[in-house]
Amino acid sequence: MKEVHRAVLSEDKKRAAYRALQDRILNGEGRASPQQRARAFSNAGLSPPLDGLLGKVATRPAQVTDADFAAARAAGFSDDELFELVICAAVGQSARLYDAGLAALADAVAGEEDG
Amino acid sequence: MRLDVLNRGYGPGTKLLFAVIQLFSRQPVPDAAKLVFYRPDFYGSRAKEFTHEAMRGPSAWSVGDRELMAAYVSKVNECAFCIGAHSATARQAYRDGPKVATVLADLESAPVEDGLRATLRILGKLTREGKVGAEDMRQVLSAGVSREQVEDALAVCAAFNTTDRLADAFGFEMLSPEGFEAGAKYLLKRGYR
Repeated sequence: MKEVHRAVLSEDKKRAAYRALQDRILNGEGRASPQQRARAFSNAGLSPPLDGLLGKVATRPAQVTDADFAAARAAGFSDDELFELVICAAVGQSARLYDAGLAALADAVAGEEDG
Repeated sequence: MRLDVLNRGYGPGTKLLFAVIQLFSRQPVPDAAKLVFYRPDFYGSRAKEFTHEAMRGPSAWSVGDRELMAAYVSKVNECAFCIGAHSATARQAYRDGPKVATVLADLESAPVEDGLRATLRILGKLTREGKVGAEDMRQVLSAGVSREQVEDALAVCAAFNTTDRLADAFGFEMLSPEGFEAGAKYLLKRGYR
């Protein structure tokens, strides 16, 4: 029983640490607006040229190029704004993967308990 | 790195720390380490906390297993820096180079336990396709992997899907084999905090 309890606690600690990171980058103080950060995180509603850079960060990061950053800078984004928005895009995609994995696991476990 | 602030935007205390690290490791400070020191209140502090918990916190998976998961996820993301860093760390943790190399070359024929193979397979699918189903998860559980182990593996997957993206987007500079070995030694001794 003690073992089980410890496992549950440590699991909560992992997810709590991840939630704290998400909460900070989305809702804490930043150079980019909270709206921009939320759009970067969800990879939705971004306009050019940010959609190019941040879309690649979310779905094909190995293809990001210097030109993607140059285009964003030419549109007036500072290094600090881009630092924040790239982080939001990266954490957003991983959060979707984490949630999808946990949901599939919960379904599998529920299915076993029903059957 | 592609953002100049990540190359130069550090205060005197951090610059001194980088100089000390460089002096003692006799290797350049890896970009992965620099990133978490830039405006650490925005990303670095909490990212280190989460990554440390996922990679070194309590788990039925060994440190070697979790480093191998990190390397495998990085392979699927084609992130050269993270493949180099975490395959070196997994090799040192396991004291087994061929095991890591064979898993990264061909997971299905690699000589690893069924539970670890099934877990790596699902992390690969999730990373590649963005989704997995209950049936995929049932296969992992039926290979003898506990629910807690799957949750732990998903935390590793989340940590490295973030780090891989930042490494590629910001353009982390590759290290020499000696640089990766020195980094691996540090990660095994001190973790990610």
